[in-house]
Amino acid sequence: MIKSTLLIAVARMLRGLGARMIDRIWRLGAGARLFFLTIFYSGESFRRFHLILREIYFTGVMSLLIIIVSAFFVGMVLALQGYNTLQKYGSSEAIGVLVALSLVRELGPVVTALLFAGRAGTAITAEIGLMKTTEQLSAMEMMAVSPIARVVAPRFWAGVISMPILATLFSMVGILGGYLVAVPLIGVDDGAFWSQMQANVDFRVDIVDGLIKSLVFGVACTMIALFEGFDAPPTAEGVSRATTRTVVISSLTVLGLDFILTSFMLVV
Amino acid sequence: MNLNIVEIDNLSFGYKGRLLHKGINMMFPRGKVVAIMGGSGSGKTTLLRLIGGQIKPSHGEVRVDGDVVHKQDRDGIFKLRRKMGMLFQHGALFTDLSVFDNVAFPMRELTDLPESMIRDLVLMKLNAVGLRGASGYMPVELSGGMARRVALARAVALDPNIIMYDEPFAGLDPISMGVICDLIRSLNDALGATSIIVSHDVKETFLIADYVYFVANGEVAAEGTPHDLMHSTLPFVHQFVHGEKDGPVPFHYPAANYQSELMNSKTND
Repeated sequence: MIKSTLLIAVARMLRGLGARMIDRIWRLGAGARLFFLTIFYSGESFRRFHLILREIYFTGVMSLLIIIVSAFFVGMVLALQGYNTLQKYGSSEAIGVLVALSLVRELGPVVTALLFAGRAGTAITAEIGLMKTTEQLSAMEMMAVSPIARVVAPRFWAGVISMPILATLFSMVGILGGYLVAVPLIGVDDGAFWSQMQANVDFRVDIVDGLIKSLVFGVACTMIALFEGFDAPPTAEGVSRATTRTVVISSLTVLGLDFILTSFMLVV
Repeated sequence: MNLNIVEIDNLSFGYKGRLLHKGINMMFPRGKVVAIMGGSGSGKTTLLRLIGGQIKPSHGEVRVDGDVVHKQDRDGIFKLRRKMGMLFQHGALFTDLSVFDNVAFPMRELTDLPESMIRDLVLMKLNAVGLRGASGYMPVELSGGMARRVALARAVALDPNIIMYDEPFAGLDPISMGVICDLIRSLNDALGATSIIVSHDVKETFLIADYVYFVANGEVAAEGTPHDLMHSTLPFVHQFVHGEKDGPVPFHYPAANYQSELMNSKTND
């Protein structure tokens, strides 16, 4: 009796696990399909570039405040922590290099992507989810206008274009924050701060790799946000769950991709 | 030229194991206002989605202007949809666009008309629904009735041959309802279009429809002119038209025996 109950419980668990796996694979396939359709319909978006510009304003420009303020504090904390460690080895002049490399290589692209997913990604998911709930996407289809060409593609390219620009700004403002803590506050030599940075930060290896990372994160975060909105059940609960999923999946994807990209970049 | 612009032939449709329509036949003659009526959940809106090619039938076919809808590829369906305009239940106005831009949307997306001509056409459409003065408003600033009228102006923006209305009277005050009712009839006659109204509002629909189909249990339960159906002795039609609480459509949803369920110690948790 106990044995059969246990077997039933195990069978139920396996069935649940299998159903979840099938659902995940289905969603992955649906996401890939949306991605290829978005690329297919992108020509129309570029012909009407004002649609992309409008979305750059909503996703990129409107994210500026949170990006700049966060970057400033991240840069300041980096300088404080970096100085605390470097002074033990008598290398406090290297603080500029530490702040710049940390920001350009890692923190700039990663933190920008995480903030972007929280600010712009959720807005994209909620907007598209609500458009679906209020039948705006159906109305567009019934007018013989493709929602992927008109709604998805401009938002996708706006995200892809905005992310490297935001990451660059993040790094620049972070370096400024680090400078204000290291030089006027702690008293590190002004010349040493900038000259060491100039000597040790390589354009190809550090800056371009950081930009490549932010470009990949831009594709991933924007596509996840768009897919979750497009796939959201047309109810209040469905949109709310989709918005949460955008943040969770985007954050995990960014951190995972960061490890993979960093591994490849260090090897190459 | 075929007399009927839309024909539904032996159509069956189901999803999730439930058969919603079982061999439905309907004709929508050119220039007429035809209503599809029935209770909530009877699949009226699904019929509009089948006509628009948003979903495919399990059996049978829907023909629009002689073309079988579900046999078209994406371009073919888009070509057919250019002959159609649709008013959604809650308007489905684009919330990020103004009233003017909402009406201009299909013109800008589907035609190469110059902006000056689009401006004139939009103002003419808005004037036809009495909202030229509200062209600068955003959808959030409109009442339910106004939003429905703007959506109607958008639906007829490209002078379609077929105009579909999904519950056009739902949730409107009596004045707005009268206005929409009048607009459906007058726009249909002015454009020489065919209107398909899905509704369960008997009074308003009977006032403007030339012909009515009643859908129940997945089939066409009755059809005829509003006058015929008003005096129909068919039990379902009689119950529906006169709004009777009990009849062929029972008050109680099918359930287990009341007494035995109350006596049963099992809870629903």
